[in-house]
Amino acid sequence: MNYTYFPGCTLYTKGKSFDEAGKRAGEKLGFTLEEMPYWTCCGATFPLAEDNDIALASPTRVLARGRQAGETLVTLCAVCHNVLKRTNHVMKTNGERREKVTGFIEETYQGDLEVVHYLELLRDEIGFSALAAKVEKPLMGLKVAPFYGCLLLRPKAELQMDDPDNPSIFEDLIRALGGEPVDFPMKAECCGAFQVVHSDAMATRCSREIIASAQKRGADLLITACPLCQFNLEDRQGEMAQAEQGFKGVPVLYFTQLLALALGGSLEDLDVSRHHADPRPVLAAKGL
Amino acid sequence: MAHDKQRVLVIGGGIAGITAAVDLGDAGHEVVMVERLPSVGGRMLQLSETFPTLDCAQCTLTPRTVETGQHPNIKLYTYSEVVKLEGGPGAYTVTIRRKKAYVDWQKCTGCGACQEKCPTKVRQNPFERGVGVKKAIYTLSPQAVPNKPIIDADHCRYLLHGKCAVCAQVCPVGAIVYEQEETFVQEEVAAVIVATGFDLYPMDALGEYGYGTVPDVIDGFAMERLCSASGPTAGRVLRPSDGREPRDIVVIQCVGSRDPEHHKAYCSRICCMYSAKHARLYKHKLHHGRATLFYMDLRCTGKGYEEFLQQSTEEEGLVYVRGRVSKIFREGDKVVVWGTDTLSGQPVEVEADLVVLAMALVPNPEQVELARVLGIPVDDNGFFREAHYKVGSVDTGCEGIFVAGCCQGSRDIADTVAHASAAASKAQVFLSRLRRRAA
Repeated sequence: MNYTYFPGCTLYTKGKSFDEAGKRAGEKLGFTLEEMPYWTCCGATFPLAEDNDIALASPTRVLARGRQAGETLVTLCAVCHNVLKRTNHVMKTNGERREKVTGFIEETYQGDLEVVHYLELLRDEIGFSALAAKVEKPLMGLKVAPFYGCLLLRPKAELQMDDPDNPSIFEDLIRALGGEPVDFPMKAECCGAFQVVHSDAMATRCSREIIASAQKRGADLLITACPLCQFNLEDRQGEMAQAEQGFKGVPVLYFTQLLALALGGSLEDLDVSRHHADPRPVLAAKGL
Repeated sequence: MAHDKQRVLVIGGGIAGITAAVDLGDAGHEVVMVERLPSVGGRMLQLSETFPTLDCAQCTLTPRTVETGQHPNIKLYTYSEVVKLEGGPGAYTVTIRRKKAYVDWQKCTGCGACQEKCPTKVRQNPFERGVGVKKAIYTLSPQAVPNKPIIDADHCRYLLHGKCAVCAQVCPVGAIVYEQEETFVQEEVAAVIVATGFDLYPMDALGEYGYGTVPDVIDGFAMERLCSASGPTAGRVLRPSDGREPRDIVVIQCVGSRDPEHHKAYCSRICCMYSAKHARLYKHKLHHGRATLFYMDLRCTGKGYEEFLQQSTEEEGLVYVRGRVSKIFREGDKVVVWGTDTLSGQPVEVEADLVVLAMALVPNPEQVELARVLGIPVDDNGFFREAHYKVGSVDTGCEGIFVAGCCQGSRDIADTVAHASAAASKAQVFLSRLRRRAA
């Protein structure tokens, strides 16, 4: 089974391990992520002004070209997913804006592409029980704190993926992989997001609280579906350690990395050079 | 004319139904009152003290429930429901379902031995709102009218497992009937007053507040039960989770109200007052405690209400924060409340011991079905639709059927009583017109 796949800019660069692990896990599960041709920027932020049509040009171009390649477009990065799915919602429900934007970018698109997140693919196409049957290295005893962040599930009505106030898709995945999900109140809070660019102190405060909350409830590591969350939660740990005596770090992995590992991958695949907090000791301690 | 005394059916035995029934009874009409709970009194039975005077709800209510029970012109059907209405204005036949009490009320003397000896404590009884227990055979209050118990079939050991029968053993008159069947009776009436009251919007609709699963986050009725001298804690405010006295409480107003995007668009009208009251009652009981109230704005527009509010904000040592609460979660044995002070623009975090949510008022869930049975319309929010917003608020589109109290829209006790008397009065106008027509 092949799926048309939109990687997005970050998964080509800083978030490469997210992308590679996702592809590796796909092969193990019997599907191939096929990169869509001629993809452009997803738009990076969904415009909240009702008349800011120009901001829809870039994501609409992705949707139009994605449709030429197939009927389903799989995403991984939570930011791309959010922008593409919401833009697609506009294309599906607002004919006037669709005409205007597609006319401007000179593409044909009828709103008939389905934007599907990799997690939805696992849940709805593969199925978590089928996935559990393919696990070669169950994450026995590993306490995993799922970090949803702000964009993966919100807004509920447009993304229709899970309940943002009481989500379960990550928890179900963790259980399918044999691990133990850690419930913590900060799991769908803001990681600090783009604030890190001009007020890194504020962003670090956000991510520090999230990490502390997960650690307090016994998490061995966190998983995320967002490169920006990963950056804020993990890369900022260097500064946290400088500011705070006795700071204890915690690894933050992309969920695909944990998935690929459980499906038989090796710790070497984790590419720890890209991580600030080395996940190997805690994983090795659990016999992985 | 089916009945020469021109009988009126009153559905609902809360303060609205009682008021209308006593008015009509005093005017010489026979009243058939149907109440779905085992005794009359309605929501007011659950309340502690009432605003703006802080006098005891029972003290206001009990003389009226007693009068209802003893009135020569009022025929009571409690623990009963209206299931069918046939005929037309002036000559209705109503079918009433009498639910299984498992107690022969003719024999029962109301001695209370069964309640005392019953070994099963039930926390799920809706009357105690999750903060107190009732036995599996119970009356709603010590002053219940009628003072007859019912068996909670979902929790009674004998009905579930065939073992126990303690109540049957201790009953001195042999009134326990485990094999009782429900019965149906029919009554002839000329007019109908519907006064079925309200419920609170369910806490499990609030994702950001933990879907009602965070211990020590309770709704306004639970707080009423905790404050009530005849309640499960005898008037002590104690946390449901561990029974400790809360040092820090948070009251959140407009929960589920005034939120057209997610919940109910309307203002529930009574929450500003009862939230202030809850905070004050708490402070009166625990002088060193802290009460923080989150509000959007304060709408206290009844007689004496503004004065009550002024006192609350200035003299009672309450902390009023203008802003909404975005998230509630449990951390250790505390309930963490994240909100915003919109006057200063600062985020606020309170580590509370107890959180009280002033939930939106909504019609009872059964109201939709009753509307269908009676053939009267409901509005977008499920309240009964009045014939005219300004000059016909007790009339329905249907001649001879009137509405009173919160089943038509949110209102406080004083307004409910006035509304109920208006409904009784309009019903009498209708009956008098019938008499003249017949003459």
